[in-house]
Amino acid sequence: MSPGMLHFVQLVVTGLVIGSVYSLVALGFVLIYKATSVLNFAQGEFVLVGAYICLDLIMRFQISFVWAFFLTMVFSVILGLLVERLTLRPLIGEPIITVIMVTIGLATVLKSIVTLFWGTQIKVFPPIFPQKPLNYQGIVVSQVYLWTLGFALLFMAIFALFFKYSRAGIAMRATAADQQASQSMGISVKKIFAISWCISAVVSAVGGILIGNINGINITLADFGLKVFPAVILGGLDSIVGAIIGGLTIGILENLMGGYLDIYFGGGVKEVAPFVVLVVILMIKPYGLFGTAEIERV
Amino acid sequence: MAQLEIQDLRLSFGGLTALNGISLSVDTGEIFAIIGPNGAGKTCILNCICRFYHPEEGRITFEGKEITNFAPHKIARLGIARTFQNIELFQGMTVLDNIKLGAHVHLQSGFLAGGIYWGKARKEETRLRREVEEQIIDLLEIQAIRKKIVGTLPYGLQKRVELARALAMRPKILLLDEPMAGMNLEETEDMARFILDINEERGVTIVLIEHDMGVVMDVSDRVFVLDFGTKIAEGPPEEIQNNERVINAYLGGSDAAFSKLGM
Ligand SMILES: Nc1ncnc2c1ncn2[C@@H]1O[C@H](COP(=O)(O)OP(=O)(O)O)[C@@H](O)[C@H]1O
Ligand SMILES: [Mg+2]
Repeated sequence: MSPGMLHFVQLVVTGLVIGSVYSLVALGFVLIYKATSVLNFAQGEFVLVGAYICLDLIMRFQISFVWAFFLTMVFSVILGLLVERLTLRPLIGEPIITVIMVTIGLATVLKSIVTLFWGTQIKVFPPIFPQKPLNYQGIVVSQVYLWTLGFALLFMAIFALFFKYSRAGIAMRATAADQQASQSMGISVKKIFAISWCISAVVSAVGGILIGNINGINITLADFGLKVFPAVILGGLDSIVGAIIGGLTIGILENLMGGYLDIYFGGGVKEVAPFVVLVVILMIKPYGLFGTAEIERV
Repeated sequence: MAQLEIQDLRLSFGGLTALNGISLSVDTGEIFAIIGPNGAGKTCILNCICRFYHPEEGRITFEGKEITNFAPHKIARLGIARTFQNIELFQGMTVLDNIKLGAHVHLQSGFLAGGIYWGKARKEETRLRREVEEQIIDLLEIQAIRKKIVGTLPYGLQKRVELARALAMRPKILLLDEPMAGMNLEETEDMARFILDINEERGVTIVLIEHDMGVVMDVSDRVFVLDFGTKIAEGPPEEIQNNERVINAYLGGSDAAFSKLGM
């Protein structure tokens, strides 16, 4: 491979890995939107809280990663339930803007709690996955990247199977499609809402742990959640497949743009690129690649 | 014996009174028709029973149990199933998936594990599929479209699928909101036959809202006539057909009215 080609492939592969984590978190976002019509602006804070809980369990309580991971999942389920029960259920039927403001408020609260407990210093995960880089025909990828990609894909696959085949998954799809009809089939919409928030919190925490493992964590990890917006806008707000493809695409695009354009702008392109993409999509394809046209734009 | 009993139901939207003190009682096993002009409040009665609307006053009891404050999904679990005036199917799913969702209520295995093919869940799934395939799909003659996406089907067939889905809930009582609306003669006759079959073979009580007077007079045991949210008559079809008030209120007493009432 020519050096130019090699550079390109390298950028795509790294972008793909980060993109897979975007996909995972985007999936959580879309799930809540589909089932409950709520745009959750606290998605990034779910990522943040999940990552910190896992880190703390490992560092402070000295338990193994596997256990810490498992307990973080349990914690996320509880967090999802609490958030749904305490802040969102009372708002059923309120104007959409009210609900959005509440999720923004929730984001601030969660962020403040994290700052209170863990400060703003960057913290580094103890190495969980092997770091040694692998070399495949000149393409160098750290093993931790491959593990991350593997984990993200695994969780997406589990979710896809759950959504397609489990009774709860089918009930969720039914509720997303037609709430009244679902209720008249005996499906409890409240239960479906609660499950949606739980799953969303869980996949976000997984995303936080994976990305924290690569970059370390501090409060700005919540901004990671912001990148979910370009991903879901690209994919279409109400499309699960769209969320996955949107996440991967944004990951690759930002890495390519960063890799090629940073030298002209003195860095930071990667941070801006997804939002440039976002604006462009809104101009040319406002419902995303896989979205439904009648969705309310806010 | 009265299976479903409604007492003095009142419902309004802002200044508009939709139901003005409605009382009715449906016996186990009968076909009970509710008729009345558009906007009379027929659909509102069903929506109150299903708890989509919350009446300001009144009591609803099912099999002796007061259900006025139940959650909507609990109503379904009691054995009350319905179809909708404007079809409410899951448009993106197949006919079979739609119907199986109707049977959702009856699956006993874990909510999260169900459908994953092992043990109890698998056995249940198989039993369910057999029941759905052999009984409901056969009964309603929709074998040919089992695997089709609902949204691609013509209107008449969608109405039939919606009935199949309601039937999969193994209901004790079936509330049908204009099941023949928009159908041609042949489809209407098929639908009437299905309703009679369901009632006779499965012993399901039927509450039927319908505009086609021919059908109503043919299949019903009793007819309840509603106008502006008030009851104006109730009785066996032959009595309703000759009721002066019904003829006047319902159809303005014209000659066309008489032919529409099947006379
Ligand atoms: N959700 C609603 N909001 C406001 N008005 C309603 C609503 N549902 C029904 N109505 C009004 O109540 C009256 C009865 O409606 P409905 O029960 O649908 O009549 P129909 O006998 O044709 O089924 C109508 O005047 C209708 O406009
Ligand atoms: Mg109606």
